[in-house]
Amino acid sequence: MKKTKIFAAIGGVGLAVLSIFLIAADHIDSPSVAGTTTDIADLYGFEGSSPDNTVLIATVQGPLTPGDVTTNATFDENVLLEFNIDNTGDFKEDLVIQAIKRGDSMYFFGPVAPEQQGLNSIVEVSGARHSVKISTSGEVETTDEDGMKFFAGPRRDAFFFDFNRFNKVVSGEVAPEGFLPADQASDFFENLNVLAVAVELPNSMLGTAPDHVGGLVGIDGLPPAYNVWVSAKRKQ
Amino acid sequence: MKIYKLSMIFVAVCASLLFVQCSDDDDNVIDVATCNDGVQNGDEEGVDCGGSACEPCAEALDFSGNYSQEDIMGRPGINTVFSGSGEVKNNFNTTTVTGRADFTSIFQNTLETYHDVYAVALGADPADVNYVPNILGLDAPTFATVLAEFDALQVAPNAQTTYFDPSTGVALTGRTLNDDVIDISLILMFGGGDINNLNFDGTEGSPLLISDSVGFGDRQIGDFPYLETPNN
Repeated sequence: MKKTKIFAAIGGVGLAVLSIFLIAADHIDSPSVAGTTTDIADLYGFEGSSPDNTVLIATVQGPLTPGDVTTNATFDENVLLEFNIDNTGDFKEDLVIQAIKRGDSMYFFGPVAPEQQGLNSIVEVSGARHSVKISTSGEVETTDEDGMKFFAGPRRDAFFFDFNRFNKVVSGEVAPEGFLPADQASDFFENLNVLAVAVELPNSMLGTAPDHVGGLVGIDGLPPAYNVWVSAKRKQ
Repeated sequence: MKIYKLSMIFVAVCASLLFVQCSDDDDNVIDVATCNDGVQNGDEEGVDCGGSACEPCAEALDFSGNYSQEDIMGRPGINTVFSGSGEVKNNFNTTTVTGRADFTSIFQNTLETYHDVYAVALGADPADVNYVPNILGLDAPTFATVLAEFDALQVAPNAQTTYFDPSTGVALTGRTLNDDVIDISLILMFGGGDINNLNFDGTEGSPLLISDSVGFGDRQIGDFPYLETPNN
């Protein structure tokens, strides 16, 4: 009886977990966006080369294999990439920095308070506008204006992960061993690329950071922090 | 005297007219710099283009239209690790950060399911192998709430950036390119609460679930835009 129960548990749990695969930070994360031009791969946010600056980087359309796939990958003029910054602690965007392609360039608007918050946006043309020519694999183009830096183009994927092993771990296929030791593990993304959009700007443009959300759940002592997320929105 | 008064009035009226005219001119000067007000003004040659301040009309770009969310990301791996089914993943991507209350219980169930798989594989009763409050001190419901309802990357200005630094205890101040977000996430999911004696560390017959054993490798971080040239 106990044995039957365990097999039933394996069956039930195995099926439930088998569908949990394809993790890669946010690369190819859901059926409706995987392989499309709105598919976000990663979001990074960190202190810039000057401590007075913040860097925001979003990567999309990954993973791209080297060669033609990377060379031919392009940003979509119908897709608005949006860095959202909550500086009041309510997890609603108080400021946005938008990026959208036109011609051979990426145009940036903001940081600016959006006319509307939430799932739908317009391009906030009242915000400060900058642009940078989209880089190629071999030639890096950056813009440095008004204290802000901008970049858009293909880059090596910085994300590292033994993706193939993970899929076996979560499916139960390699239970109970789990992940591999370092001499056998393999970084799936080591030789892959993404399209990246990068902005570096003075912290002063982002307003005063709110109390860290950790304080709400008993994690005390963390410094004030903006809440940041990236969204990809398609023209309707 | 009367003639003098009249002449003064005449001068005053002329002066006021001049002033009004000048005032109008001032407004026009200000309007020239407004290349995104949706009307042709100043010395613009078209709506918000041409003239001395705006870009040439031939290069004016169309940014009109409404844009609707298809993907969203705060912290790494949240949707893909915890949502479970394709349908839930799609739903997650079309919600706002503040619209995620329904995902909390789903995420908590997923967390427990992972533990059950390994309990079964080890021949243990799934009821006996559960998530243990992690090194941040979060129990399962609180951890799931943080993951689902506060899913943004916390970015602290003028502070060391780290997703989690065990040597200092500083956590959640951003994400650098080389932060090992996967290992940190796995530790928070499976490692339990003792940083010096983590669970599922691959020793003494235990599954290795707290590290995928890969790192930043030979990648380099340069000047802006910090990311490397693409692989060839």
